[in-house]
Amino acid sequence: MTNNKNLKDRTLGDAMQSQGISRRSFLKFCAATASMMALPPSMIPAIAEALEKARKPSVIWLSFQECTGCTESLTRSHTATIENLIFDSISLDYHHTLQAASGEAAEEAREEAMKENWGEYLLVVDGSIPTKDMGYSTIAGISNLDMFLQTAAGAAAIISVGTCAAFGGIPHAHPNPTGAYSVYDIIKMYGNADLDGISSASLSNNKGGSVTDTPIITVPGCPPIPVVITGVLTHYLTFGTIPELDHLGRPKAFYGQSIHDRCYRRPFYDKGLFAETFDDEGAKKGWCLYKLGCKGPTTYNACATTKWNNGTSFPIESGHPCLGCSEPHFWDGGGFYKALSVPTFDIPTTAVYAAAGAAAAGVALGTLNKSKKNSAVKEHTKTTIDDLEKE
Amino acid sequence: MSEIEFLNWVRGPAFEIATVIFIAGVIIRILEIFLLGRKTNLAEPKGSEMSSGLHTIVSRSVPDKHTLKRSTFKIVSGYIFHLGLLITIFFFAPHILLFKEVIGISWPSLPTPIVDAFAVVSIITLIAVLIHRLRDNVLKFLSSTEDYLVWLLTILPLITGYMAFHRIGMTAPTLLAIHILSVQLLLVAFPFTKLMHAFTLLIARWYNGAISGFRGVQS
Repeated sequence: MTNNKNLKDRTLGDAMQSQGISRRSFLKFCAATASMMALPPSMIPAIAEALEKARKPSVIWLSFQECTGCTESLTRSHTATIENLIFDSISLDYHHTLQAASGEAAEEAREEAMKENWGEYLLVVDGSIPTKDMGYSTIAGISNLDMFLQTAAGAAAIISVGTCAAFGGIPHAHPNPTGAYSVYDIIKMYGNADLDGISSASLSNNKGGSVTDTPIITVPGCPPIPVVITGVLTHYLTFGTIPELDHLGRPKAFYGQSIHDRCYRRPFYDKGLFAETFDDEGAKKGWCLYKLGCKGPTTYNACATTKWNNGTSFPIESGHPCLGCSEPHFWDGGGFYKALSVPTFDIPTTAVYAAAGAAAAGVALGTLNKSKKNSAVKEHTKTTIDDLEKE
Repeated sequence: MSEIEFLNWVRGPAFEIATVIFIAGVIIRILEIFLLGRKTNLAEPKGSEMSSGLHTIVSRSVPDKHTLKRSTFKIVSGYIFHLGLLITIFFFAPHILLFKEVIGISWPSLPTPIVDAFAVVSIITLIAVLIHRLRDNVLKFLSSTEDYLVWLLTILPLITGYMAFHRIGMTAPTLLAIHILSVQLLLVAFPFTKLMHAFTLLIARWYNGAISGFRGVQS
């Protein structure tokens, strides 16, 4: 947390030199990032040059209804990495968890950073925003909604880190007691509305556009993979733009393929070889975890390729099905251990009630049909020659 | 509604609605058939109704030489797509999981590539069957909207299932949700259309044999 001018003016290249990072490992990082972001190798020198010259962009990090898991994920690497350096080299002007300041001093830091960098700072949000009662979550007496809308107004771009900020996450799960919504939903709902004295006019950034036009990059996951956020930051530092996003605002380079498509256990799925329990022969042989509820087929994330804990493994590699944590409503999918092909409701009970009701209705209808038939037979009169001869 | 919400909806409330309509509809229709009853036949039975009925279930399921020669395409294509449907529905591992969840029993699955091949064969055959129906003047004349609807409801789960498995065209959650929804449409229409033949077929075949058995003649 620094507002020191000297430190702020330092470029990423200066920071690297002072930390003793060799040019070789820096270029390796650039090559790896280019490859992960699906950029051509010819872009590596451009990335290196841009990153070396990049000045610390101001970043304001707001944490709302969250568990701090995202911050933990992004800050707790086992060893010092260049990814960390990227983090160290941004000017993180406000972060509830990491900053030393508190109360009014902390809020002043945020306001100062906003003033100084209006229209240029990056806003990172983790956690969902409650709307039912403003008192559900406040910081220094300011409701999450107010703080978000005020800060979003001057942001060049918003990065929703974690599934809560991206899609509402666990707080948004049924029955959503706090009326929690994602950053995207909040912008959609309140971006043009007057709210507690914040008029829509004050929500326009210095580019003349409304806050509803501010690009939102979603980096979902519970928690998200650290390298994804550094990848997004690298892209922003290099090109000054945000990477290509999918329909849910996720960077395509990391969320372009599903876990299932890149899963090393996929051949077992294709062959129809599944683990039935967590300790059967199939599980020991590393067969597909579909029957144990794996949501890999419907989950888009980079776990299977970038992996976790410095590339050690990812949940499926550790023998546990994917929970689908980077998808919206993953908490309401009917249970983590229910296979995707299985209904989430108690269908057997419904079926029994339906059958019992239908049996009663069927008997009633059958009896009705029979009595109809009997009365038709009774009312039937024979046709005589006389009837036929009648004009 | 997001794609995962859509998937959660078809796996939850929509599944429940489709199950209730399907089960209640089938039970009511079958009960109506049985409860309508038949007049007691006072004549002395000349043979066994049951054995003749059972015999007819088997004998009428095998086409006789002359019919096969006269309607080769209809019979062969009919068998192929029904067999393909049977294998695709009942021997694909994720489908067996569904049956285990709903009716509590399970059985071994077939390797996925085999099921996949049967699905493709069924799709091709169903398309051929439709072309045949449209090109045959008599069949075309006899076909009603219901026939085309039933064809569509049958081929849709196969096509959407194939697309969901191979992940063609749309995102995976959407493809899976559309596939499940297409099956639910089939289930909802089942009791009210000719699809009911899946349940009435054996009853009708048995009854045809039973009439002959009672009279002591060959069915």
